[in-house]
Amino acid sequence: MKNCYLGIDVGSVSTNIVLMGEDKKILVKAYTRTQGKPIEAIQRGFKEIQTKLKEKVIVKGVGSTGSGRHLASMIVGADIVKNEITAHGIAALSFVDGVRTILEIGGQDSKIILLRDGVISDFAMNTVCAAGTGSFLDRQAARLGIEIEDFGDEALKSANAVRIAGRCAVFAESDMIHKQQLGHNQEDIIKGLCDALVRNFLNNLGKGKEILGPVVFQGGVAANIGIKKSFEEALGFEVYVPPHHEVMGAIGCCLLAQEHHIKGNKTKFEGFELANSGYQVKGIECEDCANLCEVIEIFKDDNLMARWGDKCGKWSDLVKENNENEKLA
Amino acid sequence: MKVTFPHMGNQYVATKILLEELGVDIVVPAECNQEALNIGTQHSPESICLPLKVNIGNYMKGFKEGADTIVLTGSCGPCRFGYYSILQKEILKDMGYDDIKVILLDPPQGDYKNFIDSVTELAQTKNPYKILRALKKAIQILYEVDALEEATHYKRPRQKQKGLVDRYYDQFHKDVRKVYGYKETSRVIEKARQDILNIEEEPNREILKIGIIGEIYTVIEPFVNLNIEKKLGDMGIEVHRSLKISHWLTEHLFLSPLNLTMEGKTRKAAEPYIKTMIGGHARETVGHGVRYAQEGFDGIIQIYPFTCMPEIVAQSILPKVETDYNTPYLCLIVDEMTGEAGFNTRIEAFTDLLQRRKELRHNEKLLSGN
Repeated sequence: MKNCYLGIDVGSVSTNIVLMGEDKKILVKAYTRTQGKPIEAIQRGFKEIQTKLKEKVIVKGVGSTGSGRHLASMIVGADIVKNEITAHGIAALSFVDGVRTILEIGGQDSKIILLRDGVISDFAMNTVCAAGTGSFLDRQAARLGIEIEDFGDEALKSANAVRIAGRCAVFAESDMIHKQQLGHNQEDIIKGLCDALVRNFLNNLGKGKEILGPVVFQGGVAANIGIKKSFEEALGFEVYVPPHHEVMGAIGCCLLAQEHHIKGNKTKFEGFELANSGYQVKGIECEDCANLCEVIEIFKDDNLMARWGDKCGKWSDLVKENNENEKLA
Repeated sequence: MKVTFPHMGNQYVATKILLEELGVDIVVPAECNQEALNIGTQHSPESICLPLKVNIGNYMKGFKEGADTIVLTGSCGPCRFGYYSILQKEILKDMGYDDIKVILLDPPQGDYKNFIDSVTELAQTKNPYKILRALKKAIQILYEVDALEEATHYKRPRQKQKGLVDRYYDQFHKDVRKVYGYKETSRVIEKARQDILNIEEEPNREILKIGIIGEIYTVIEPFVNLNIEKKLGDMGIEVHRSLKISHWLTEHLFLSPLNLTMEGKTRKAAEPYIKTMIGGHARETVGHGVRYAQEGFDGIIQIYPFTCMPEIVAQSILPKVETDYNTPYLCLIVDEMTGEAGFNTRIEAFTDLLQRRKELRHNEKLLSGN
């Protein structure tokens, strides 16, 4: 029996689950598409973990992050619920010595995290624009008729990149089509898209921030060597992509769960069997005041597990009295 | 004449008292909510700042309950707020409210006659004694409400049972709409304040302090800033808000026309970064930020409505303050398209950052991550 920690990152595009040993070695990782069904994605991920796992393990702590972190924490019984920025920062700190800048590009968001002396000192997250994210690349790859996995290799083949307006995802697309109609090569256009994304990222998030090396590039998009190269060209120094770059958020959760466990807390983990349970989600609209909150209820095999969404806490408090869950922010 | 007015945080309590003490018939519009914002967004210019949109929504609520007159304050600074009354009149006209009367209480700027004319029109009396007495009571209420809010800021991170402060505070908002006149209102406020101050505290909690700066309306109105004070309080953070309506009123109505000011210190603090008035509260925002940093606050958060020029200038200055004083700074911009999830993630990450820094200072090393 081996002690280990579980980290779950439920994002908009992918759901990542990582099982980490006490020595911070990654035992198993599962990377599945969320496809708008986070609960099913978690269950699928759990099944994948179970099949890949060769030894018996005891989970000593669980953490969740990502935009679906609260939902995930309710389903699996997480001990730690953390935002993506902290989770990514902690993971990078632990796996890359002396890192001072993290560039992170995920499915529908992107962030830059600055670290000084081993502490997160500043961060920024994309606000009004999705042109600097993975979903944008996904869509353009589909339009160009190539697999997203080949996107980076294609970009490297380019000799003279096309300049594509990257201010906004929609305008970038129309500009790209325009360039296609002019007759540019596919690989030049792909390289242009990579450059546009990087330009968008550095102008939106990096503006006014001191980007110092070592720079770590993580998130799903870090697999794309085209983007990595564009970053290196724009920044002027090497960008490092860690081996588990696509699951760094989940790794951060493992580390936080470990810290939580070392402080002497017991885990609330529901067990891997929940992959076989049935979940239902119901919503009601509370009409007791002008806020008209949408209250979400989650049932596991017909038992009410959690409820949230109300501003005043009237509904969520009802459940909390029974099972003491951490208050949702 | 039935008077209504736009919301701005707890200002409605004082305005209500002022008008009630004058014997004016009033309608207190429903608190700011999504519906008010939707109405405002629909009828206002798209790129105008958020407060104007919410105001329009507030008026509609007031009209629905029978109001036929609006009273609002003006401003003299070169910020769009000074233009609000004119623009809002035009918008209302377009919406078909031609017969709505607008009474504007512009800060006097030395011209007390105009100001007094507006006041007498609103008060429907020329008896200065009566007007001054009502005004005095209203200002007193303003200070009392601000003291009540301060109590919630202090207590929220410290309360043993989470949510208790909000229960009393929400009850206060319900109660205050039911009472009439200065005396009763003052009693309701005091009762709420005592209730909140008597809440049992958790003694061993580590409290972080964050100073909130930025544009006055977004800083003060909880619906617009997505209840940031409550959110931070629930995360164990004591909030200090740089702007209070009571101070603003004293400053602009009484001190500034007489060339006196309470904000000298703030302006002085801002001087190394911004020497002159550029409109709105940019200079004060920077000044307050510097003062919080000097006083050893753990972090600073700036909030402003999308497209607010003075605050954009302040935003570009504040990173310099951040590095000079080694105090983390976060900027939040709100408009009707603000998504709450992203907002929460940023606030959470910011508090984590502050906590880690504090831990590091205590232990001289990070607990996790190495």
